[in-house]
Amino acid sequence: MSPVTSLRIPPTGLRFDNIDKRYGGLFALRRVSFEIAPGECVVLAGRNGSGKTTLLRVAAQIVKPTAGKLSFPGGDAAPPAHGRPGYVAHTTMVYDELTAKENLLLFGKLQNVEDPAARAEELLREVGLLERRDSLVRTFSRGMRQRIAIARALIHRPSVLLFDEPATGLDPPGITWLANSLREVNRAGCTVVMSLHGESEISALATRAVQLDAGSVIADTKSGASLHSILTFGSA
Amino acid sequence: MSLFSNTAILLGKELRTEFRSRELLTTTAVFILIVLVLFSFAINPGTEEAREFAPGLLWLAILFASSLMFQSCFLREQTNDTLSSLRLAVSDPFAIFLAKLIANTLFLLLTELLMLPFFAIFYNIPLWSKLPVLILVLFVGSLGISIAGTAISAISAQARMRELLLPLLLLPLLTPVLVVSTLVTASLLDREPVVQWKGIGFLAVFDLIFLTALWLFGEYLLEE
Repeated sequence: MSPVTSLRIPPTGLRFDNIDKRYGGLFALRRVSFEIAPGECVVLAGRNGSGKTTLLRVAAQIVKPTAGKLSFPGGDAAPPAHGRPGYVAHTTMVYDELTAKENLLLFGKLQNVEDPAARAEELLREVGLLERRDSLVRTFSRGMRQRIAIARALIHRPSVLLFDEPATGLDPPGITWLANSLREVNRAGCTVVMSLHGESEISALATRAVQLDAGSVIADTKSGASLHSILTFGSA
Repeated sequence: MSLFSNTAILLGKELRTEFRSRELLTTTAVFILIVLVLFSFAINPGTEEAREFAPGLLWLAILFASSLMFQSCFLREQTNDTLSSLRLAVSDPFAIFLAKLIANTLFLLLTELLMLPFFAIFYNIPLWSKLPVLILVLFVGSLGISIAGTAISAISAQARMRELLLPLLLLPLLTPVLVVSTLVTASLLDREPVVQWKGIGFLAVFDLIFLTALWLFGEYLLEE
């Protein structure tokens, strides 16, 4: 089994119940309610500022909603007993002053990963950074940083993966690699939620698109034509 | 995973990143040294005046230098949003505070120990015989500064006027530590030294109260 697909089971879904997130008087999310089934691959679409990143950060439990409830059907409780969601953000969320391997070891140990050194090596090989494992992250290119960010999110074998613009900084072979990896983890039962702009190899994996506008869900579709339309033209 | 194992892992990270960059240690040590040198020109070493003012100068230098240290304590977690990845990874957010405040105390104590010989030379104050108790005073005082400083650093890192906010909140909060540490140090460095255990006890109680408050409410300081 590939390192990225050796994920935890059972698969876990996500349920947003009337989620509001307010910053002062500004609603970033307004009454967001929908459920993502375990093992589903969902794209969050919408214009800049529509609330995609906030929704992903709520799902990752980095941001507490002002109102409403987040739960993980299929998991035992929130956070799921078999690991918190793996989250890849706009920023790398790793330390520039540590090497690639030290970063993965740090997050592996904190999350009680069995044999973190072996897991870190596995992932470094998978993301193509094994030869640079002892280099400081600050010496990495944008694409390499994105790869280490993805490896960090996968270190604890999460059953839910949240990606905010995962292709940022990746070159075409990198995007192909990411699309293949996501396909593998999704096939292995991992729930994948990602925010994307436009159609790509990665968006082709999605079986459902949820469109946000001004913090509210305005479209939710599983139909191929509507999905294509949302990703390409920004509306169903 | 327990609070203490998470803390130990994070403390290892704090020490590794600092000893690799030496950013905080260098800034703090240089600042304290400059203050001690400058004031040694203003006060005649070896006089009663020097004995009277030197402890206060030492603690003021430590306090101002520590505020430089706390500016970057949580701020450097924001560069790559590593605070979010830590919050996702740890079982208890208090581990993040505990690791940072232990690291800050260690850095502060290390800087102070490096500066003590300069302090003894510039102000002509023999320290050798009082060193064990002086280290104890420096420890409880520095721990108090670090606990309050780490908490305020977490608050100010998310604010807009963070450079102004940190000293504005920190310095009044640490006035009791500054006053008591200075008094205890002054009586220790007197020609007829006295160990003020009540003062040391006060500092220990201050540390305990602020540590408990941080344990109870620290999680809210990390929220977005």
